[in-house]
Formats: sequence, C-alpha cells, structure tokens
Amino acid sequence: MFKHETIETHAGWLIVLTLLAIGVGGLVEIVPLYMIESTIEKVDGVRPYTPLEQRGRDLYIREGCYLCHSQMIRPFRDEMMRYGHYSLAAESQYDHPFQWGSKRTGPDLARLGGKYSNEWHVQHMTAPRSVVPESIMPNYPWLLKNKLDISDIADRMRALKMVSVPYSETKAEYDANVSKFGKDVAVMLDINRAQENLIAQAQKGNYDGNKADISEMDALIAYLQVLGTMVDFSKYDEAYFVKFR
Amino acid sequence: MSEQKNTEGSVQTTGHAWDGDIQEFNNPLPRWWIWAFYASVLFAIGYWIIYPSWPVGFTDKGYLTGVGNTITFKNDKGEDVTTHWNTRALLLEDMQTGPEAMKQKEYLAKVTKASYSQIVADDDMLGFTNAYAKGLFGDNCAACHQAGGAGVMGKYPNLADDGWLYGGSYTQIEQTIKNGRKGSMPGFEDRLSEKQKDDLSEYVLSLSGHEVDRNKAARGAKVFSGEGTCIACHGANAKGNTALGAANLTDRIWSIADVPSAADMEGKKAAIKQVINKGISRHMPAWAGRLSDDEIKLLTVYVHSTLGGGQ
Repeated sequence: MFKHETIETHAGWLIVLTLLAIGVGGLVEIVPLYMIESTIEKVDGVRPYTPLEQRGRDLYIREGCYLCHSQMIRPFRDEMMRYGHYSLAAESQYDHPFQWGSKRTGPDLARLGGKYSNEWHVQHMTAPRSVVPESIMPNYPWLLKNKLDISDIADRMRALKMVSVPYSETKAEYDANVSKFGKDVAVMLDINRAQENLIAQAQKGNYDGNKADISEMDALIAYLQVLGTMVDFSKYDEAYFVKFR
Repeated sequence: MSEQKNTEGSVQTTGHAWDGDIQEFNNPLPRWWIWAFYASVLFAIGYWIIYPSWPVGFTDKGYLTGVGNTITFKNDKGEDVTTHWNTRALLLEDMQTGPEAMKQKEYLAKVTKASYSQIVADDDMLGFTNAYAKGLFGDNCAACHQAGGAGVMGKYPNLADDGWLYGGSYTQIEQTIKNGRKGSMPGFEDRLSEKQKDDLSEYVLSLSGHEVDRNKAARGAKVFSGEGTCIACHGANAKGNTALGAANLTDRIWSIADVPSAADMEGKKAAIKQVINKGISRHMPAWAGRLSDDEIKLLTVYVHSTLGGGQ
C-alpha cells in the first residue's frame, strides 16, 4: 500500500506529486481564460473609461473603496430588486483590476451611476453621516481640497493599453475605435488628447460644484456617475444573456 | 511506522527522534472525519455530473453542462426556452414562476389597474403598496430625503410636511419622481445692495407672520416686486409657483433657509440673506428607466399617503 511516508521520504515522488497538485490548481485558473470569448456578452454601449473617469477610478482604488463596496450584482431576485439588473461580464471587460466582490460593508455600487445628484455625492463623500445617519463610512474631505494630478494621465492610459484596453495612440488605432465605438467616444479614447479631454469633461460636468479648478472629487464623481449606465437593457431579450452561461 | 505501542493515557509517536529525545506525536485524523472526507469526494463527482462543471468537454457549448438538469423559462416574446442549469436562467424562472414573485405580480397587477384613490381606499392594496414602497424608498430615496422623509434642511426637501415645491398631488409627485427636478434660484449677491437685502429679508419674514420692522418690510416689499424680481417666480402674493418649484414664502415651512432653528431675528434674517446672496441649485435625478412605472406608482402612493401629501 502506498503510504504517506513513502512520499515524504522519497524526493522523486514528492517532486512529481507536488507538481501534479500545483498543475491542477494552475489549470483551473488558466483554462477558463481560453473560454473567455464565450463568456463575455456582446452588448452595445460598453466603452473604456474617459480620462477623467479613469482618474476617478484610480482614486476609487487609492482610497480603498473596494474594501467595503463591491461592483457586482448577482443574479438573485433580492439583489435585482434592490440594485437593478445583474452585472454582465461585458460591463467590466475594460476594468483592470475588476471590482467584483462579495464583501459588502457598504452597498453594491455596480449601478450607482445617475442614482444620486452630484451635490449629494459631494456632501456624502465629505460627511457621509450628514445624509445617511446610520452610515459607518469614513469622511473623505481631502477629495474636495486636493487638486487632481493630471500630468500622468497619458501614461496611465498607455499602461492600460498594454493590458488590451483599446485606448488609441496611432491613426490606425483611432480609426478602429471610430468604427467600434463611434466618433464621440473614439475622441475620448485618444491618448494624444487625454489632458485636454480630461479638462473639458471636468469643466463641462463641474461635478464638485466648483468651476475654478479640477479637484479629485470631480474625477471620482465622474467615475461614480458612469457606473452601470453603459448598457441599455431594454434593447436585449433576457434570454440572450442566458446563452453566455 | 510506530515502534511504540499505544498505552493507555499516552499518545503514539511517529517513531522519529531528534537530538536523542525530541519525538513527534502521531495523532491520526478521527475515523469519522476520514469517512466524511471520502463521502465529500464521492459527492463532488455526482455534483460534477449533474451541474455544469468542467470548462472543457464534448458538448456543443464547449463545456460540460450538467446531465438531466435543465431550466425552462419564458423569453421576452413569451416563448418557452429550455437551457442547462445556470443562475441567470434560475433567476428568470424564479421571477416568472416563484411563489413570492407570483404573489407579488398578482398584487402589482391589481395596483396597476387601480386609480390612486382606489388604492388608498382599499386596505389590502394600501398595505401591499406601503410594504413594497417602503423598501423602494429606503433603497432609492432615503439617501437624500432620509428614512422618514424628513429631508435635510438646506439640501433635500422634507416630504413629511405639507409644503410641496412642485405640488403634492398624486400626478405631480409622480411627475417629480419620473422626470426628476432641477431646482434653481439665482443668487443676488451683486445685484442688490446690503440695505435692500436687509429690507427684503424683513419682508420675507413678515410674510410668514414674524414680528418685523414695518418700515423695513414695506421697503422690502418694493424690492420683492421691483428690483429683486422675486415675484417672477414666487408670485405677487409670494405663495410660490409649483410649475417652477418656487417656494411658498407665506407658510411657516422652510426647506432651505434654516429659519426655525435660528435663535433670534438677526439669525433668521441671516439665514434668509444667505439664500438671497447665493441662490439655490438643487437636482433630483430622474427615476424613470431606473424604476418601473409600477414602482413609481407605488412610491407615489407611499410618499403621498404615508409620508404626507398635499392637494
């Protein structure tokens, strides 16, 4: 009979069986990546984040919002009734890293966009308990005071481009984006125009209520207001999404 | 392995010894645990077969979809669709045929057909509406208007009082929820002098029955209808205009200037002058699209009947 002791006392067995165990673990992680084409739904409207939204997303990660908030509505009746349509894989295809999760100290934010006004977000971020008395969220007053650092936005987009987010740098890439997303979106995804796009969106949106400068709050709210708003679910048959499972 | 026999009260060792006397206890896992482990392994095999498991396999889907385990639901056209077990289909099936969902649908159908006055008159429908809408209100509205609808002074309107900026009738409340509102009043910081603002605030306070300096209030009345152009929105009688969301200044309900909590007349005037100076810009998002028509109807009843509506 093959005993545990045999493995522990024979280096050859130990190496072979260890490799086997690690191999199974590795395959379980790697094989699904080859199936990804059949898991991501084909839906219109999902696009990479604009430079301002992307900066907001970086702040979301810097401040550790993900530690308490998930961005994944699961396909359960109670979740759908509270948060809206369950999240699609397509909706986080340009997220690096994705913000899924099951740890919810605060509510799920996958469909937060458009739910509350910009003024509410400013108030809530500065002093959460002034609008939600039972909240245990910390205050983030510095977001309003800190000027947004936009000097490295092009580099940030280049980094994301390396992991296949379709930001464009050459004319050919730009043209590809025009045919894929339409001209308006393609312009926003152009790395060469990143800074001017960012400034234009922040000034037009004026998310923090202060036109004078672009604060970190501007970027974060621009990001929060776009969450979960890209797909128009009324255009799809519910049975369509089932095919991708 | 072990060279020592297990004697009563002592634990077997593995037989290894280091430095002459350091030995390793051999505490085997309990028998029941081992068998439970083997049983889990067998269970897992059954689970693989019945539920979708391996991402490879010779099916038309490209993965093992589970054997004898399908779900049937109706698509948007009402046709039956049968698919392998998956949580999305399970959700659709639950929404279409689950007992709670059916019960909810039955009530929703009843409420959808009924008029507002019929819903309020029927205890059964009103009970359902309040229970359902309380959840909706908590999830969607309470962030601004607070759990009991009391709002936040200076920011979000109180829904529990009798003041209604955009009207408190069922249809007006429904419109507000559906389309959202953009409330705005320009600031008069540079357009009126300090004296005019002082007079104006005296006049505004006099409208709601406060004891004020009559001379100042009389001068303020002229600013109100003249240079201040206040009557354009608040009306000549200062009773406001629900079409524009202009507040009624003649009642004692304050939603922006925090007059009630100011200790003295100077404080009350300062609160009003602050609004005159800075103006107001408030925004309620539109909920059509995010909430269904049925849900908006239930919320309208809840806001009007339970929190307190107007005419």
